[in-house]
Amino acid sequence: MDQFTLNLLFVGASFALYIGIAIWARAGSTAEFYAAGRGVHPVTNGMATAADWMSAASFISMAGLLAFGGYTTSAYLMGWTGGYVLLALLLAPYLRKFGKFTVPEFIGDRFYSPTARMVAVAALIIASITYVIGQMTGVGVAFSRFLEVSNTAGLLIGAAIVFFYAVLGGMKGVTYTQVAQYCVLITAYTIPAIFISLQLTGNPIPALGLFSEHTVSGEQLLTRLDQVVTDLGFREYTLQDGTPSQVINMTLFTFSLMIGTAGLPHVIIRFFTVPKVSDARISAGWALVFIALLYLTAPAVGAMARLNITDLMWPNGTQGEAVSIETIQSDPKYAWMETWEVTGLFGYEDKNGDGKIQYYNDASPALQERAAAAGWQGNELTNFNRDILVLANPEIGNLPGWVIGLVAAGGLAAALSTAAGLLLAISSSVSHDLFKGQLTPNMSEKNELLVARLSMAVAIAVATYLGLNPPGFAAQTVALAFGLAASSIFPALMMGIFVKRINNKGAVAGMLAGLAFTLVYIFLHKGWFFIPGTNSFADTIEGSLLGIQSTAIGSIGAILNFVVAYFVSNATEEPPQEIQDLVESIRVPKGAGMAVDH
Amino acid sequence: MSNRRRSDDGRESADRELASITKGVTAMADNSSNNEYWAANIRVIRVCLIIWALVSFGFGILLRPLLSGIPVGGSDLGFWFAQQGSIITFIVLIFFYAWRVNRLDRQYGVEE
Repeated sequence: MDQFTLNLLFVGASFALYIGIAIWARAGSTAEFYAAGRGVHPVTNGMATAADWMSAASFISMAGLLAFGGYTTSAYLMGWTGGYVLLALLLAPYLRKFGKFTVPEFIGDRFYSPTARMVAVAALIIASITYVIGQMTGVGVAFSRFLEVSNTAGLLIGAAIVFFYAVLGGMKGVTYTQVAQYCVLITAYTIPAIFISLQLTGNPIPALGLFSEHTVSGEQLLTRLDQVVTDLGFREYTLQDGTPSQVINMTLFTFSLMIGTAGLPHVIIRFFTVPKVSDARISAGWALVFIALLYLTAPAVGAMARLNITDLMWPNGTQGEAVSIETIQSDPKYAWMETWEVTGLFGYEDKNGDGKIQYYNDASPALQERAAAAGWQGNELTNFNRDILVLANPEIGNLPGWVIGLVAAGGLAAALSTAAGLLLAISSSVSHDLFKGQLTPNMSEKNELLVARLSMAVAIAVATYLGLNPPGFAAQTVALAFGLAASSIFPALMMGIFVKRINNKGAVAGMLAGLAFTLVYIFLHKGWFFIPGTNSFADTIEGSLLGIQSTAIGSIGAILNFVVAYFVSNATEEPPQEIQDLVESIRVPKGAGMAVDH
Repeated sequence: MSNRRRSDDGRESADRELASITKGVTAMADNSSNNEYWAANIRVIRVCLIIWALVSFGFGILLRPLLSGIPVGGSDLGFWFAQQGSIITFIVLIFFYAWRVNRLDRQYGVEE
């Protein structure tokens, strides 16, 4: 069976599974559409949350990001997992106790203010749309690479699948497909990782392999990697840049990602689906267990694949001769390079015509000296896309064809599950907060369910259109989605639960201050509305306005939100008694069942 | 239950008023115990968040230079915390919190 047929088989089988689940898990009521009838087991919800959370970026790009960023990129690992501690301790159980369907609904009720609710809807929609565009383009890319269809066709197929199970099943359909998608994606990620770890270190667990001995050299894998990359003029892998500005930026960036993660509505609403308050707490723990299975593996995959490829390019050691073109074209170990050259993700060019391919950092002064002495004319590994580390991993490790098919299905599962979760957050907010809450408060449940399905369909259409024609902000998921969630939604939710004194005026002023500050700061560094050239400051630590990169500014926006809300609330009247009672009641688990009936 | 959710906003606020009146009667006895429960909960959260910050921002970033003398598999303890240790600690923290607060729930009689 050829590779294409295998890929088709795996992707086709996984899609058939998702559609089967969709037909089985149809939603019959708004409670099922918005919250899966609140009957999801905490472990099941944990698994669905993990798939909801781990996007195409986590699956395809994170290992490459870690491999080429080294220690500094640990901020992603800590940030994207540390948020779950905040969710479990500060938000999920209380929002579950509140017992409603959307995040803006809590903000609107707690701060007895339709304005607050609409500010939250705006933040939710901007953050989620930014996020979903990346998933839609990811679906297109995965399809075109593995199934030989065009990007556009791939995206349309993916959208049709999501349409089917999300419109039909709402949260209920999305939950159970996400469970299936988690199983597909984690298997697809782990199998190649185990093989590469066995090959390099003899340890079958990649996370342990990262800290063990490299069998070929007899050195520790990380010591070896540090050595090899510095020999070629790259930054030492495990090195911490100890300058205060770097340390402060890494800290603030990690904090932004943490509170952004805890404030992302598509993650929060997953915890509305469990039966009890105590389930919401433990469910966040299970979610993190399932997420950690991938997040502990990713840095190992990154480091090992980078060492592997560097050794392939320098088979005689970094001080010896580089690999010859003849070897690349004849040795089966290098066959994957040819395959991936076709996709435009990999490429080399013999600039000095010596028949060898020298891979090194040609911006490093030390290597420029060596290059001058040896007659090199620049780095000859001209195209080395970071996504290769995961996508080509099965071929680099010489694994059987079905593993490649599995990776294709896994990448699509990661993109589709996150897209569905985001679309659900958008559509439930439109139908429940905008229509039911604001525009047509008297509509019946049947009509609300219809509106929910229609807004889901519209959201998918918009996301598909934007996936095909990505606007400038599409690439800014980290800055925009996490920045907005961190600076507006997280502080509002946390104060709503923990500080009884915060009133409507304080909450609205705080959210607007956090949002405005964060958005303006991002625009000042990335260009107004992300139009290139309209930025006033360079988006680097040195060039930035406050010495903070725009991706880390969400944490400052959040602090501003807290401070403004606190002072404005204290300068104005206390919240009414019934709101204070509401806060009292969400703080204790007792009576959550009643809240559902409400 | 979902059918009853249909009630419009007016009905909902009336419900809430009624709930707050009935609650008022039992509130006197409940309140002090609920406040104690909340204070105990906050204490657990505080301890957990101190550990949360210590392993990530502390060991993983700010205190890494201090831990650089402790080797772990080709690098140092700070690098391990940044890449793996913090994530493992986060998992332990959430399960510990869930277990501890479940006990508090029963102790103060506020479990579901």
